[in-house]
Order: sequence, then C-alpha cells, then structure tokens
Amino acid sequence: MIGIIRYGAGNIFSLTAALERLGIGYGMVNTEADLLQFDRYIIPGVGHAGAAMRKLEQTGLVPAIKALKKPTLGICVGMQLLTAYSEEADANLLNLFPIKTLKFPHKNSFKVPHTGWNQVFAEKENPLFENIPLGSHFYFVHSYFIEYDQSFTLSSTSYINKFSASIWHDNFYGVQFHPEKSGPYGETLLKNFSKI
Amino acid sequence: MLAKRIIPCLDVKNGRTVKGVNFVDLRDAGDPVELAWNYSQQGADELVFLDITATVERRKTMVELVKSVARQINIPFTIGGGINEIADADALLNAGADKISINSAAVRNPALIDELAKAFGVQFVVIAVDTRVIGDKNIVHLNGGRLATEKQTLDWIIEAESRGAGEILLTSMDHDGTKAGFDNGLLKLVNDTVNIPVIASGGAGSVQHFVDVFQKTNVDAALAASVFHYGEILIPDLKSVLRENNIEVRV
Repeated sequence: MIGIIRYGAGNIFSLTAALERLGIGYGMVNTEADLLQFDRYIIPGVGHAGAAMRKLEQTGLVPAIKALKKPTLGICVGMQLLTAYSEEADANLLNLFPIKTLKFPHKNSFKVPHTGWNQVFAEKENPLFENIPLGSHFYFVHSYFIEYDQSFTLSSTSYINKFSASIWHDNFYGVQFHPEKSGPYGETLLKNFSKI
Repeated sequence: MLAKRIIPCLDVKNGRTVKGVNFVDLRDAGDPVELAWNYSQQGADELVFLDITATVERRKTMVELVKSVARQINIPFTIGGGINEIADADALLNAGADKISINSAAVRNPALIDELAKAFGVQFVVIAVDTRVIGDKNIVHLNGGRLATEKQTLDWIIEAESRGAGEILLTSMDHDGTKAGFDNGLLKLVNDTVNIPVIASGGAGSVQHFVDVFQKTNVDAALAASVFHYGEILIPDLKSVLRENNIEVRV
C-alpha cells in the first residue's frame, strides 16, 4: 500500500485515479502515525516549491520523512522538495539529495514552462524503469529543473540543457515528469514503483 | 527532444459531444469520455474539451465531465468554456483538469489571468484567442468569431503572456472550417513573439497541413476537431508522416 503524503500542495485526483486504474492500493498520510500503515510513499506536488516546502513544514512531517527507510517517490514539485535548494524563492528544501533545483535560463526558441512530452533516458539499472525503453516520452510541465548529477541522476532528459528527469538515492526516488499523465509508460513506472 | 503535440478537440454540451462523430468502434459516439479514451489509445498527446453548456447547472456538469475523464484517461487535458472566476477554475482543478482555457472572460477582465496564474500557476492557464482579419488587421473576436473586440490579436497575446498565461490556443476564424490549412503567417508571427507554448487551431484538412504548420511556424502543438472525429485523419498515420518529415513526435 502506498501512502500519499498530504500537505495541501496541489491536486491529487489524477494521481489517485491512475493508482485506481492500475489496481494499486493507497491511502493518505496526514500525521506521523499514519506512516506506519504503508510500505511505500508518494510525495506529490504542483506549483511553487518554496510554498510547498512551507506547507510540508507546517504538517510537522519533515523529520519523519527525512528518516524514512521505505521506498519514497517524489513527483514534480514533490521531487524538487527532495533536493537541497530551489532557486524558486531561494528556498531551502529537504536536502535528501545534495543537489539543486534551478530555473531554466532564457534561451531563444526555448519556451518556459517546459511543457509536453520529452524523451527520458535511464542512465542506471533500476527497477523503476523496468520495461520502459530508452528514449520513451513522458509528460513534463515545469519551469524549474533539477541539475544533472552523475551520482544522483537516474534518468535524464534535455531541454535547454541536460537535466535530471529522475533521481535516485537509497530508498528515495523523484521524477520531474507526471507518470499519472504519461500514457502507458507512465503507468508502467507507477506499477514498477509499487513493487520496488 | 520535446515532441510536437497533436490535440483533438471535443465540443461538449450537457455532458455529451456535440459535433457528429464517425468512429466505427464506439458504443456511444456521444460519450465524451469514451471518445477521449479512444483518442488516447490512438496516440493523441493531449485533449481539449470545450464545454458549451449554457444552463445554470453548467459548473456541476463540467466538474462531472472532468472527473470522468481524469478517472479514465492517462494523458493531459484542458477544459474550456464559460470559466469566469477563480471558483470555476478551482473546482475544475480539484476534479483533475490539467489546464483550463479562458477566452471571453479574459478579454472582458484581463486581471483574471493574473489572478488565475497567481492562484494555480501559469502552467494551468491557457488563453484561447479567436482571431479574424478585418481590413488588414487581425482582431480578437468573441462568441465564436461573431463579435469583434477592439483588441489587436498580437497585442492581446503579448498582454496575456505578461499577465501570466502559460500557453496560447490561437484559432483563426477565417481558416476554421475551411480545411484549407492553418494560418501559418499569423502563427509564425505569434510563435516568434512569445516565450510560451502556442497551439495552432483552425483550418486543418489534411496531413500535409500539420506538416506545414510545424515546419513553417514551429508552433508547439496543433489542434483539430472534425478531421479526427470523422476519421479523415487517423492519428497514427498523421504521426508517421510527421516523423518522415523529421518532426519530433511521441511514438
């Protein structure tokens, strides 16, 4: 069963709908005690990373999240929260990954937000990308990106520059794209996570 | 590379699709959710629902539609039609819509764009612009192209971007329904001017028209309705021709 961390950052209807379609059980985590009921977790998130971090801090769950030993997946802004810092409002984040979330630099003919389907290339062997061919398209929509880092980047994509489409360290995972909106390969990734 | 997007548009009234649909495999051609699912299976990259319900129950029927779509479809979708205030947008976002599209309400009250972008993020706010040439100028129109405004199209799009539009859906009313191709001149001008994604709409009649619009204007996405609904263009065929022309598409 997946516990979805509830902290009021964005809508989770599409995520729970995808889990239901796939027959993956889930519940909500509102308090530290709720964490015990689940064997893995998703940190969702849409919108502003600094604002999302403040909301997460208000739940009081931050120390418990940082101490998690079970598989934990951050999605979009939920992934950015796992990094040390975001240029969005100069915010300090969870620092589970000692890397940064940066704003896309302005470059002619490259629009921001990075919106649409882009190719993702896994760079390491990991069950999260099992049965997902190299270069499969996933749906992105974001104005800030997580820097590329050989130690922590699990898969990369390129837009303006090469950056982390997903990150991985121990039990923590993050994906910048929206698996719940990424067609059949997005569903494969969610299924893979449910079995890690 | 970021793929160019192909977007079927569905007109919906009271929870049912309005325009005729000529799909062979549909149990119920008037069911927008079944039609949407069919398009997602064909390889559509995104969907736009334009709700033209005019009853007092409008918001409720739109929310129900959005929930049904979000439950069953695994690609992003936009809903537009009659969104006038933050509360409309909030209800649709919570029902699972990825984006909302605003047209007349933004023209009448441009500050609505700022409010929506601030409340939900720019990525949620699509500004739909219907344009028609009067004399030698492109002028923003309302009510499906029937009512001219005083706004010049490019000026309005620049203003919308500066206020927080995350994407522009530009429909040429002169080209819409003609099946003679997109308005590539205007689309290139707009696409070169703004720094947010542009969706081309109005005039698609053949596969070549999609090749042309991407090659000549570099817009991010192309939207059409009848050529898809009547099965005149099948999305897998369209994408294979785009690929042969070195246009990046999602396989």
